[in-house]
Amino acid sequence: MEMLYSAKPLAAILVSFFVVPIIFSSRSENVREAWTFVAAILKFAIVLSMLPFVLKGGQIAYTLVEVLPGLAIEFKVDAFGMLFALVSSSLWIVTSMYSIGYMRSLNEHGQTRYYACFALSLSATLGVAFAGNLFTLYLFYEMLSFATYPLVTHHQDQEARSSGRKYITYILGASIGLVLPAMLVIYSQTGTFEFAPQGFMNGHFSQPATAVLLLMFVFGFAKAGVMPFHSWLPAAMVAPTPVSALLHAVAVVKVGVFCVARVITGVFGTKMLASIGLGTLVCYVASFTIIVSSMIALSQDGLKRRLAFSTIGQLSYIILGIALLSPSGMTGGMLHIAMHAFGKITLFFCAGAIFAASGIKNVSQMVGIGRRMPYTMTAFLLGSLSVIGLPPLGGFISKWNLVIGTLESGQIFFLFVLLASSLMNAAYFLPISYKAFFCTDEEAMFEKKVDEVPTWCLIPLCMTATCSVIFFFYPQPFLQLAKLAVATIIGAPMP
Amino acid sequence: MNDLLPLIADKYNYWIYIVLMMLGLYAMIGKNNLVKKIIGMNIFQTSIILFYVSIAYKKGGTLPIIMGDAHGGGHAAVHAADYINPLPHCLMLTAIVVSVATLGVALALAIKIYRQYGTLEEDDINHQIRMQAGQ
Amino acid sequence: MTQHFPALLIIIPLLSALLVSAMGWIDRRWCFPLAVASLAGALAVSIGLAAHVMAAGPIVYKMAGWRPPIGIVYVIDYLNAPVLVVILAVALLNLISAKVWIEKDFEDKMGAYLGLYLLFLSGMVGIVATGDAFNLYVLLEIGSLTGYALIGLGKERAPLSSLNYLFMGTIGASFYLLGIGYIYIATGTLNMADIALLVPQLEGSGTLFLALIICMAGLFVKMALFPLHGWLPNAYSNAPSASAGLIAPLTTKVMIYAMVRVGLTVFTPAFTFARPLLSEAIVWLAIAAIVSGSLLALMQRRLSRMFTYIIVAEVGYMVGGFWLGNKAGVTGATLHIINDAAMTLTLFMAVSAIIWKLGSDKFEDLQGLFGKMPFTMIGFVIAALAVIGIPPTCGFFSKWYLITGGINAGQWGFVAALLFSSLVNAVLFFRIFEIAFFEPFAEGHGHHDHGPVFNEAPVTMVAPLLIAALSLIALGLYTGDIVTKLIQLALPAGIA
Repeated sequence: MEMLYSAKPLAAILVSFFVVPIIFSSRSENVREAWTFVAAILKFAIVLSMLPFVLKGGQIAYTLVEVLPGLAIEFKVDAFGMLFALVSSSLWIVTSMYSIGYMRSLNEHGQTRYYACFALSLSATLGVAFAGNLFTLYLFYEMLSFATYPLVTHHQDQEARSSGRKYITYILGASIGLVLPAMLVIYSQTGTFEFAPQGFMNGHFSQPATAVLLLMFVFGFAKAGVMPFHSWLPAAMVAPTPVSALLHAVAVVKVGVFCVARVITGVFGTKMLASIGLGTLVCYVASFTIIVSSMIALSQDGLKRRLAFSTIGQLSYIILGIALLSPSGMTGGMLHIAMHAFGKITLFFCAGAIFAASGIKNVSQMVGIGRRMPYTMTAFLLGSLSVIGLPPLGGFISKWNLVIGTLESGQIFFLFVLLASSLMNAAYFLPISYKAFFCTDEEAMFEKKVDEVPTWCLIPLCMTATCSVIFFFYPQPFLQLAKLAVATIIGAPMP
Repeated sequence: MNDLLPLIADKYNYWIYIVLMMLGLYAMIGKNNLVKKIIGMNIFQTSIILFYVSIAYKKGGTLPIIMGDAHGGGHAAVHAADYINPLPHCLMLTAIVVSVATLGVALALAIKIYRQYGTLEEDDINHQIRMQAGQ
Repeated sequence: MTQHFPALLIIIPLLSALLVSAMGWIDRRWCFPLAVASLAGALAVSIGLAAHVMAAGPIVYKMAGWRPPIGIVYVIDYLNAPVLVVILAVALLNLISAKVWIEKDFEDKMGAYLGLYLLFLSGMVGIVATGDAFNLYVLLEIGSLTGYALIGLGKERAPLSSLNYLFMGTIGASFYLLGIGYIYIATGTLNMADIALLVPQLEGSGTLFLALIICMAGLFVKMALFPLHGWLPNAYSNAPSASAGLIAPLTTKVMIYAMVRVGLTVFTPAFTFARPLLSEAIVWLAIAAIVSGSLLALMQRRLSRMFTYIIVAEVGYMVGGFWLGNKAGVTGATLHIINDAAMTLTLFMAVSAIIWKLGSDKFEDLQGLFGKMPFTMIGFVIAALAVIGIPPTCGFFSKWYLITGGINAGQWGFVAALLFSSLVNAVLFFRIFEIAFFEPFAEGHGHHDHGPVFNEAPVTMVAPLLIAALSLIALGLYTGDIVTKLIQLALPAGIA
């Protein structure tokens, strides 16, 4: 494999870091937002500039500092990390645009802090994506927890306070209480943290010990929202909608599943897990979350809460896919990071747009809203179709791979889990769109007059919805990256 | 019991230091008056000085002052066993200075406390503090 | 000139203490610059010494030219060179940060106060540098007596707290002195290196074992190991801010250094760790310290009091790590001396800035502090992250070694206690963040037009605070160098 030593990964991470002081020092709103854009676009450009090399099967490595032997802050850009970085850095641009429309139209306070913390969060997200070892991964994982706290509690009222408390208790408690000890035990036995294609734990632990460690990671990365460590996510929905959109549909939660996936593939190793049958254990944990969260989502009236529970379920799809340990399953899981991100962010943007335009948060009050906000609700329909996994939308591709993955690994039970959950997805999403457009005049709660949100809000959600459609027809480069990543893991020739 | 008595009798100086030490400790912990506590502390420190002086002593030893002419002839006459060990005594000079300094600081603090609360009884002081906190 | 550096290290603070207190009678304006200059000079000397040790190995300095074991030697080796640098850096930063406090609280006693400050330091530096067991006692008392005075100068309950501290401190120091007496009985020498040479021949000696226990018991009182910690919270939280920032980071840490020094280079690891029952008992004592310190910290409603209980828990970290008796544990304990001094300094400087502006450090008064004092809070947050143990701050790495030591020794109770304390610390500090982040008027939907008014502490407070906070990250990133180039070379061969 081709290796390149370059500081580009570091640059990509630090771009948004350096913009924080500028954001703080600027007096005018426009300057502040302009700098956010500059940072977002620069970040995306740096990530993009690394893409061709990674697509050719290369890896970009950079060691910032080796604190202790084996304990280094070290970056390695491989296909999987690239996929995640691409998703989060591209969506930051879109979200920045959306933030401007949303925050200004609601006249929120503390916008400077908001943009600064957003930039910090993105730094941490890319840090996780490019982490070359478990220590670096953990470092940026924790950094993300701290950087997002002021965002989640942005409103600074009673509700934000209790939700913020819940958020930080779950995230920090699980990471210090479960991940850190697991890391220490692994390090004391193996003496390394370096991710390897087939893991580095082989032969160091007995089967029960491996099982315990694996579960400590799966639950400990609480950002992945595996039940019972999920309830921070609905609580964190008190945040302003752009935060929910980027962080709780893309960055934070995906960092959680990304970490789980990295640990399963890079630390434990798929062959080792398959040989002692532990992948299936994780599959059952994930399946439980998928089914239960979908059922809870059915009963939620608050749109954002419904989306939150949907997210919890979809995250476990990704974990399920990885834990199936079959090539298509893993491809599907990785791809779902991208596809679900674009679908779900559209849905969140729409929820925020509805709130910004009409002040409505509950599904039951949205009857006939399609008359008033046709563009938003069309995007909403597209987004929900993608999340359900229907063609012609991107979500179909990843779900298709997941289904193939269950067949490949011969675990038909999980096929039914996927199908049942898809049905439930449809059951909690489609009625919203249906009621929005098709209702009698008596039922409708809105005038027929078109009254959309500000253009700054509308453009981003149309963009992401369009992307979801495009990815069905042209799933590159995500599909290519996912296949590359899986090929490295199973040791197959480059596709 | 038969062994114990000679043990006490033979090493009575060590037993005295232990008894003094415990006395001092008791005064520091058990007494209510701050000055009594300070006195206890001084007894405690003195007991350790006694201990050091005791370990320096040798049976039949004499003062470690070497007689001899001014031209260094004295070294021929040195039989260490005849002299008590001078080093612990020197150390205790320092320790006495330290204990006097400690006493000084302690008394200064006691004066400051007395000016502040008008009493040196610890119960009364604690009572006053609790009253202040309650207000 | 370089060969006299070890002597300069203690002579500079000692002489300038006299000079500064004399200057207090002549012209008070000169006191502060003089103190800063002398500390900066001593710091430079300590850095020079550390560089020399790293380049050319340990230095043995014979005071007044007397040969050991008759004379007193000062030894600068891999173990104490970094500790010396940290002590002087802590003192210098705190002095600058406390400038406004000293000018306010001790306006007419400037010379005396700064004299005490420097004298305290010559005690601390001496304890760390000396190679003579009895000399250590004398310097211990110099450091302690000045410490009592520095605390007793405060208002309200300070004199009483200081007197209680004095009683406990005297008991501790006297026990140490007694232990030295037993060492002298067993070995007939007071020079540390000389004792260490004789110890292997006295393997089964009951006298020497008694000496070890009494010495350690004395040091445990002085370092406030649970359950002997009673004096610490009152003494530190009632002390004047200028003194608290000096004494809280230094005293307990220097005592732990003394424990490491006595355990490793006086009694030698083979003797110190020869009795598993004793080591085990002390580790469990440390576990009790960690757990109870953390829980008691949870019950406090004032920042500075909360910090004092965190110190109690941190003492447990280091004592436990040391008595694990393995390489990772002892490395972690030694590393934590340096890291914890820096962490505690940052915390106490932050709280001193907060009290300076708010006049209080009660939790309920901290509302909206992120908006009022953003720079102070940046320093505070970094220190908090270090105490919780979040990478890349230094707290993570020393905790890393400590936990690894616990795993290697199979001492799961200690591992669990460390993790528990990390979690409790997270709760402690997030409670503060939450109070400081939310503003008193944040009821309802919170669309405020303007947040709390920016009202930062003076630059002489904020600058040292931020330097200390950054040093927490720097110390973390240079952990590898500190461990491989200094601490591991300091460990005697007897440690597995």
